[in-house]
Amino acid sequence: MARAVSTRRKWFFTILAWSVAFVIFFPILWTVLTSFKSEGDAILIPPKFLFFDWTTENYGIVQERSDYFKFAMNSVVLALGSTFLALLIAIPSAWGMAFAPGRKTKDLLMWMLSTKMMPPVGALIPIYLIFRDFGLLDSRGGIITVLMLLNLPIIIWMLYTYFKEIPAEILEASRMDGATVWKELVYVLTPMAVPGIASTVLLNVILAWNEAFWTLALTTKDAAPLTQFIASYSSPEGLFWAKLSAASTMAIAPILVLGWFAQKQLVRGLTFGAVK
Amino acid sequence: MGTISLKNVRKSFGDATIIPNANLEIGNGEFIVFVGPSGCGKSTLLRLIAGLEDLTSGVIEIDGRDVTAAAPSERGLAMVFQSYALYPHMSVRNNIAFGLKMAGVPKAEIDEKVAKAAATLNLTEYLDRKPRQLSGGQRQRVAIGRAIVRQPKAFLFDEPLSNLDAALRVNMRVFIMQLHKDLGSTMIYVTHDQVEAMTMADRIVVLNRGNIEQVGSPLELYNNPDSLFVAGFIGSPKMNFVTGAEAGRHKAHTIGIRPEHIEIASGAGAWTGRIALAEHLGADSFLHVDTPAAGRLVVRAPGDFRGKDGDGISLKPDLNRLHRFDEQGKVIR
Repeated sequence: MARAVSTRRKWFFTILAWSVAFVIFFPILWTVLTSFKSEGDAILIPPKFLFFDWTTENYGIVQERSDYFKFAMNSVVLALGSTFLALLIAIPSAWGMAFAPGRKTKDLLMWMLSTKMMPPVGALIPIYLIFRDFGLLDSRGGIITVLMLLNLPIIIWMLYTYFKEIPAEILEASRMDGATVWKELVYVLTPMAVPGIASTVLLNVILAWNEAFWTLALTTKDAAPLTQFIASYSSPEGLFWAKLSAASTMAIAPILVLGWFAQKQLVRGLTFGAVK
Repeated sequence: MGTISLKNVRKSFGDATIIPNANLEIGNGEFIVFVGPSGCGKSTLLRLIAGLEDLTSGVIEIDGRDVTAAAPSERGLAMVFQSYALYPHMSVRNNIAFGLKMAGVPKAEIDEKVAKAAATLNLTEYLDRKPRQLSGGQRQRVAIGRAIVRQPKAFLFDEPLSNLDAALRVNMRVFIMQLHKDLGSTMIYVTHDQVEAMTMADRIVVLNRGNIEQVGSPLELYNNPDSLFVAGFIGSPKMNFVTGAEAGRHKAHTIGIRPEHIEIASGAGAWTGRIALAEHLGADSFLHVDTPAAGRLVVRAPGDFRGKDGDGISLKPDLNRLHRFDEQGKVIR
């Protein structure tokens, strides 16, 4: 009897979990399906789910009309560049806070996190003006800096949590072995923290790749990443749902593939600190 | 060379003072053991010498040079940690070589030194393994190997054997003593185990609540403890302490007598009592005796002693080896 109940419960939760997952995944699925429809089918009501004339012409048109690879390249450079730059700052900072905490370290961490709570639009005007006056608008360097600053609190927090799990005695041993602070970071701490750093990098590449607010506001052409590429298919050029969907699919595909292969690392990253 | 001197060393963490004021001179080649109950500040004192903690005030000199503000890497000391603290991502070879690599020693020389250390420590066949693939004893030997290749001015050991099982602990104890003999380097060894302290040390430093209670050779501490604390800490089983009227007869607040200095008298002794229980160790038997005059006393008897629990017994303390202490716990000589 007990077994029957538990089996039923298991079924219930399995179905519930799949339903929730499906609801979350549906917009992406719909976008992908729409991208293979003709413009006529795309706006049809009631919509056709699977039985329509599959076509890849949207992809051809999208690639013809705007250079996908240029945008994709910018996305890669911005995502990797900002994450790498952030690591250079975050690793020493997190090391300091994890292994040589001061009285205000906790407050400092909270303060950094609190910057993420501010609506970004609050900083838009000053940052836009700074970019304009320094000639940084639509430059890769400028937008990399902004994305780096944007994600730095999260990166430092994640690394801090990972570093806290490393026994301090091992670092002390390296100090006794004559390692300077820099060598201790390079030869001992960083290699030991590789799994943690990897999931931090993954999560932040994804965050930077998907970041739309600042990339849309601060880039136009030369430094424009895939967010601009998608945006260019929205209203100003008329409502072409199928082409917009094709553009979106092309923009999210790389990160979707990356995310799929890195699932394990990501779950560790998203639930960091939850389990020792 | 490896002389170390501590002058008025003081260490506090916030409001808590761990080491109020420590003064100590350690000579070249000495084997010094810091011993005391947990929380007595012995590890902190070692870490101050290592440079892993900053002094609140005072001076530490190594070979006459003031190193109070020097980084651990500039002090020329090597340390073996309780947890071994091996680099988990490096092979045994690289663990041992790390210090030499940091010092910029040429590759050929590193290889030669690592090979030599590995041979001494029976680690040659494990050189390419990672620490997680080794047993506790092997890890311990890697940690020691990492220390010896650097030819430090002094070795610091922080409870290095406490994670090993009893049999291995005895082996490693002998190994470290042999190492000290072969290298002739200064060694400072922290332990809470008074047997390790007694067997290994040239001089023992007994710590109590951050204060150095007494410094001396094992036999000095055993024969002439300065205080109740040292008397109770050195020696196993513990010295018997008697207070009250019986102590008053010897003009002291407390008297102490070791189990091995109480004889079982065939006729009438100073104290009579009944055996409450007996521990038979083979070579010796330790009798716990309830006496009306002196309370519960532990007495060492020969291994073949045949007394049973509940038997009456008469005891005769060796008055020459009786220790007398005043109300502050200081010895009366």
